[in-house]
Amino acid sequence: MFRNQYDTDVTTWSPAGRLFQVEYAMEAVKQGSAAIGLRSRTHVVLACVNKANNELSSHQKKIFKVDDHIGVAIAGLTADGRVLSRYMRSECVNHAFTYESPLPVGRLVVQLADKAQVCTQRSWKRPYGVGLLVAGLDESGAHLYYNCPSGNYFEYQAFAIGSRSQAAKTYLERRFENFMDSSRDDLVKDALIAIRETLQGETLKSNICTVAVVGVGEPFHILDQKTVQQLIDAFEIVGEEEPPAAEAEDTADQETAAGEGAPAEEGAAPMDI
Amino acid sequence: MSLSKMPLVDANHAPDASSCTLDSQRTLYPYVTGTSVVAFKYKDGILMAADMGGSYGSTLRYKTVERVKPIGKHSLLGASGEISDFQEILRYLDELILYDNMWDDGNSLGPKEVHNYLTRVMYNRRNKFNPLWNSLVLGGVKNGQKYLGMVSMIGVNFEDNHVATGFGNHLARPILRDEWNENMSFEDGVKLLEKCMRVLLYRDRSAVNKLQIAKITEEGATIYPPYSLKTFWGLEAYKNPTAGAEGSW
Amino acid sequence: MSKQQANWSPYDNNGGSCVAIAGRDYCVIAADTRMSTGYSILTRDYSKISKLADKAVLASSGFQADIKALQKHLAARHLIYQHQHNKQMSCPAMAQLLSNTLYYKRFFPYYAFNVLGGLDNEGKGCVFTYDAVGSYERVGYSAQGSGSTLIMPFLDNQLKTPSPLLLPAQDAVTPLSELEAVDLVKTVFVSATERDIYTGDKVEIVILNAEGLRREFMDLRKD
Repeated sequence: MFRNQYDTDVTTWSPAGRLFQVEYAMEAVKQGSAAIGLRSRTHVVLACVNKANNELSSHQKKIFKVDDHIGVAIAGLTADGRVLSRYMRSECVNHAFTYESPLPVGRLVVQLADKAQVCTQRSWKRPYGVGLLVAGLDESGAHLYYNCPSGNYFEYQAFAIGSRSQAAKTYLERRFENFMDSSRDDLVKDALIAIRETLQGETLKSNICTVAVVGVGEPFHILDQKTVQQLIDAFEIVGEEEPPAAEAEDTADQETAAGEGAPAEEGAAPMDI
Repeated sequence: MSLSKMPLVDANHAPDASSCTLDSQRTLYPYVTGTSVVAFKYKDGILMAADMGGSYGSTLRYKTVERVKPIGKHSLLGASGEISDFQEILRYLDELILYDNMWDDGNSLGPKEVHNYLTRVMYNRRNKFNPLWNSLVLGGVKNGQKYLGMVSMIGVNFEDNHVATGFGNHLARPILRDEWNENMSFEDGVKLLEKCMRVLLYRDRSAVNKLQIAKITEEGATIYPPYSLKTFWGLEAYKNPTAGAEGSW
Repeated sequence: MSKQQANWSPYDNNGGSCVAIAGRDYCVIAADTRMSTGYSILTRDYSKISKLADKAVLASSGFQADIKALQKHLAARHLIYQHQHNKQMSCPAMAQLLSNTLYYKRFFPYYAFNVLGGLDNEGKGCVFTYDAVGSYERVGYSAQGSGSTLIMPFLDNQLKTPSPLLLPAQDAVTPLSELEAVDLVKTVFVSATERDIYTGDKVEIVILNAEGLRREFMDLRKD
């Protein structure tokens, strides 16, 4: 069961300078269904794949509104994600109470990362098993951040997390240079295509994805299912554009193979993922 | 209030008898106070003025008290009331601005945020029956938006185009209501401020003839060096106050 | 120096009057915009009305700092409610929350006199009137604040509400049309301004109905 003798608790180092429990928490993010985010100068779009765990159940909510100017999409343990989004909401409410102005996105992300970091350094705690894509708008513009269970955080132009996210990442990597000047609608379109990439052939329908937008003059909100379906139909994001999809799948396979092998191998700590 | 009359503890406003103790120090009356602050919006931002007197009761104890200070990049704070409390507030704000700058992320606290923060500080202290004995005026400009507000020692706060604390509310604001307009130039604004300060100087006993004028615009705050106003005391009634009021002696 | 600030008080009365009238399918909430302390006016343009939810509007007079704290507290609670329930709070729910919030500070009260107006779940106008420590009642119309002693008897006389002692209980909403109610509000504020020094400058009127929310202003005497 155990891969080695250094992974029984969070605070134990491996001789190679790694914290296996933290890396396992990061694995939990990869197990969750995919979530993606991308941003222009004025807007950020989040999207995620909704997967029901069971034929008889509905799916879990993976995108949360934090405040009018901030929202998150999560991959990994949904329960942890819910707790963290509640924390973020309360930070925003408290900031608004003291200053009557919205909390800058970057500052909330740092507070969140510090909270996650504490769990990597206490023997009686467990790291959060969730990755968060934080989308927000403040006086320095639109932002997209990724918060990792390790306590690391990164700002992105576009990013994807969760299972089979490599396919979406490949798509986004090919297109991201145009995103800065994209219109809101183009951003939503790219979000839907990126989401489709993660489906591996399954047709994209509004009932298996959620899309949310925040931007200048547009408070964070989740698009309703009807609107999403209309957008899918309008953009005709069903099954064409095959070549890029196939190409993406190849890389995705390589990534999963590499990803599974990685934690047990010796080498540099993959904390910066 | 004379020192000899000062009560040792205030029994009137303690929340209950048990907490009315000597160990906690509260401001029950001010020691050294500053008088009015006058401020208003003008074409490019906010103009503010305050004299430099620090009164110890009716004694003019200090003559170079700076009661207008810049706060961060976008705000200007003026205070009347207890000078030591004002200087304590400045220490709070220094810390606040320092922590804000330490993020170094392109976001900064504007006048609205600072005003709100001060309101919370003043109101929280009054909730603890331990007020900061000041009336504060906060003005500033950020992103082309002018802001001017006031907070009292019990947390009463509001925004207006022109504000004045203490005697200023009685003597300067009527003048401002008559003569102020939002698009006045810097020169006209200074003239109007001087008119207000002169009336206060004549009529407010604790005012002194040494004042500072400050402005804040999109470019930042400027506090001008202290100077005096021209006054005229040569009226006959001043020279010979008992003429026409002859007594038996 | 004579006793200038001898006894510090944590309270002040900043004055002002608030009125709300409920009709069959509307609610009118109004308050003047003067803020005073003692015999001085602090500002002539301070809104005492706060929109707490789509269908709940609060007008408060009394001590401004307490009122502001109360409004911000309710706004924060409403935000949390929206996150948890994915909808706006109803006016009767907000009414109960306001009562609880006021009573929570029973022994160091918010010096705030509130009238909460809005539309209930049937779209009918509703008015809730409070004292400073949270006791409240649903009524058809109400006045609070410094001018309430002048306004309330006038409203009683004009609106002739069915007695609350009648059994079975009669509907308390006023028979007036929306426009008549707005006119009545204007009249009571003009009248109160004549005799109450703490009421004046301007009256802000908020009208809630099926179409949504509308705001009107009317100048009052400034002396």
